[in-house]
Amino acid sequence: MIRVILPPHLQTLAGVGREVAITVASPATQGTVLDAIETTYPMLRGTIRDAATQRRRPLVRFFACEQDLSHDPPDAPLPEAVAAGREPFLIVGAMAGG
Amino acid sequence: MSGVRVLVGTRKGAFVLTSDERRAQWDVSGPHFAGWEMYHLKGSPVDPNRLYASQTSGWFGQTMQRSDDGGVTWTPVGNQFAYDGDPGTHQWYDGTQHPWEFARVWHLEPSPTDPDTVYAGVEDAALFRSTDAGQTWHELAALRDVSGHLWQPGAGGLCLHTIILDPADPGRIVVAISAAGAFRTDDGGTTWRPANRGLRSEYELPDPNADVGHCVHSIAMHPSRPNVLFMQKHWDVMRSDDAGDSWHEISGNLPSDFGFPIVVHAHEPDTVYVVPIKSDSEHFPPEGKLRVYRSRSGGNEWEALTNGLPQRDCYVNVLRDAMAVDRLDSCGVYVGTTGGQVYASADAGDTWLPIVRDLPAVLSVEVQTLS
Repeated sequence: MIRVILPPHLQTLAGVGREVAITVASPATQGTVLDAIETTYPMLRGTIRDAATQRRRPLVRFFACEQDLSHDPPDAPLPEAVAAGREPFLIVGAMAGG
Repeated sequence: MSGVRVLVGTRKGAFVLTSDERRAQWDVSGPHFAGWEMYHLKGSPVDPNRLYASQTSGWFGQTMQRSDDGGVTWTPVGNQFAYDGDPGTHQWYDGTQHPWEFARVWHLEPSPTDPDTVYAGVEDAALFRSTDAGQTWHELAALRDVSGHLWQPGAGGLCLHTIILDPADPGRIVVAISAAGAFRTDDGGTTWRPANRGLRSEYELPDPNADVGHCVHSIAMHPSRPNVLFMQKHWDVMRSDDAGDSWHEISGNLPSDFGFPIVVHAHEPDTVYVVPIKSDSEHFPPEGKLRVYRSRSGGNEWEALTNGLPQRDCYVNVLRDAMAVDRLDSCGVYVGTTGGQVYASADAGDTWLPIVRDLPAVLSVEVQTLS
């Protein structure tokens, strides 16, 4: 089980709380986690990554285990602590102030 | 008892304002979709409980919402706007060709006959249609065959912002695109042609009379007279008496003929409203006075409507979709500003009152007349 923390706007859109749990096959990757999120919550398709290109939206970030995983390839395995459910995978709206 | 429901889209959420036919006391509900940019909300003319909304965010992209109970509850619907086939390219700011890329939905136009059919005007400019209440969207791609490679985004983006559905002829649609112009189909979108003859853009285009490239800001039509169209262009207020085949200027005595919205009175097809803005570089009312101008003669002769509107130190803008009319016996007129005010007139513009004063910047105002 993977724990995923969603940003507030996407919690509202999906009608869920801060954290959701999903199950993916091993090895868990960004791609398989996002596939599972979009399958479980279809209203989130296109909000985290572009629906056509599957690229991360520019102002969305992926954090886990105090690391920025945003620039990792989508098929790179997630940290073992995330795959084991000890640490959450965070989907974050990027800081974009001025 | 009759009444009105005003749908207000803002930079940070949507608001639903309701009143009875007197339009003196208002109930304000919202923010709906708090924190999201709500470019446009519009109700079905045949089912007033069916509403569609464009919800967008710089972070999370485009989402679409539908309500089946007049805006009390909402359901996310389809948000996939895939250009038909190879999307092709349009002109970029530096003169090179740039791939068509979907950014957001600017305008929604529900069908006058079918509550499940709705059109969406998007950026980068294209027209989409849904016939399943917003679940899936399909492009009417032939529009972009009309010199689409020459279209170049204006300051606000390459957006399709105006969709006019002819109530007497289901095959006829007129659309307008910023910095591209007006276009018309007579066969339901199979073929399109430019509808810009008579427009002159002396300081914006190298050929002032070009077929495409004119910065049309908004077009309005009275349903009883679909061949007559009124246009607020970047500069110039224009009129067509032949459904866009040709245009002539009706700016007349306006203090400035720059502006964004234009609407037609619900019961008087020759009564037209505009909101003059000082210039393309100074997006606020001339002299700091917010004045709606009304022509009762189909253009050229305009009178300033000021009673109840701020007449000093007012430097707001009124965006292209932020003016609307209701269809009550005494036609109501509604104006939303980038300062967050929504002004309403229950007497066709003679007197105005603010319904709300402190919303986020208003992007759009639509009105439903309820019986």
